Amino acid sequence: MNPKNNPSATLEEIRSLMERSTRFISLSGLSGISAGIIALIGVGFVYAFLETIPFESKSVYYEEAFQIKKWGLNYVSFFILNAFFVITGAIFSGIYFTYRKAKKKRQKVGIHDALTRRLLINLLVPLAAGGVFCLALLSHHLIGLLAPTTLIFYGLALLNSSKFTYGDMRNLGYLELCLGLLALFFLPYGLEFWALGFGFLHIFYGVKMYRKYE
Amino acid sequence: MKEILSILKETKLDNRIRLGIMSILVVNDWVEFKALKALLELTDGNLASHIKALEKEDYILVQKKFVGKKPQTTYQVTEKGKKAFEVHLAALEQLIDRRN
Repeated sequence: MNPKNNPSATLEEIRSLMERSTRFISLSGLSGISAGIIALIGVGFVYAFLETIPFESKSVYYEEAFQIKKWGLNYVSFFILNAFFVITGAIFSGIYFTYRKAKKKRQKVGIHDALTRRLLINLLVPLAAGGVFCLALLSHHLIGLLAPTTLIFYGLALLNSSKFTYGDMRNLGYLELCLGLLALFFLPYGLEFWALGFGFLHIFYGVKMYRKYE
Repeated sequence: MKEILSILKETKLDNRIRLGIMSILVVNDWVEFKALKALLELTDGNLASHIKALEKEDYILVQKKFVGKKPQTTYQVTEKGKKAFEVHLAALEQLIDRRN
């Protein structure tokens, strides 16, 4: 292709190369949808474990939790196990859909790719800090703070990594952060905030991004 | 019209691959040879010859170092290269404006 013959196509190619080299555009909306569904299943298990229903105010879930032993688990092992399944489920489905889209978009997603590495570091460092923070809360039996804390750290992680991918991620980050901060003032509704942030917002943004970019 | 075409030629960026390399370098800091190759979908030899041409124009800087035992070559755009790229882009845009 000679740039003189088709300058518009040349500019388009320049734009595409700039984008592909600076932004991780293989992130699939389907990853968001699946992460949201997995989060809702996870929070469903929490409701089942605590034998409570959403917006039920007769008791505060994080005070009830101390007495509960169910399925051979106390609340600490239940929360850790549940978090483990939700996080691995979300990560693996996320990787699966991202690889699928990367093939279509011809963008490399290898771990050695500098761009992928930068995105992951910026995402994972705040998340890991949040994870350790949550373990500390758990060790102090402050489980009412878990839901707001995960939302806040996740929001910050998204903000931190959003410059390497779609701008929608930044908006999602702000929303998660605000929800988390709000949840801190309404602790009894922590689970509902969590379901809204990790479940419905993921699904909403997933659908939005899927329709916009795929 | 003639003027614009001569500007496009003068910048030495009237080549798809050289322009592609510059597009990537102007929006990134140091970029590895391997990354350029993957993004532009080129062979080693083809990419190397175009890089050499850009080096000759002083459009890019080359840095060679060893990471462990493997040699790693990275590239960065120079001020001169950035300017040439901008001039070239502006000329392309003018060309589009003329046609519309």
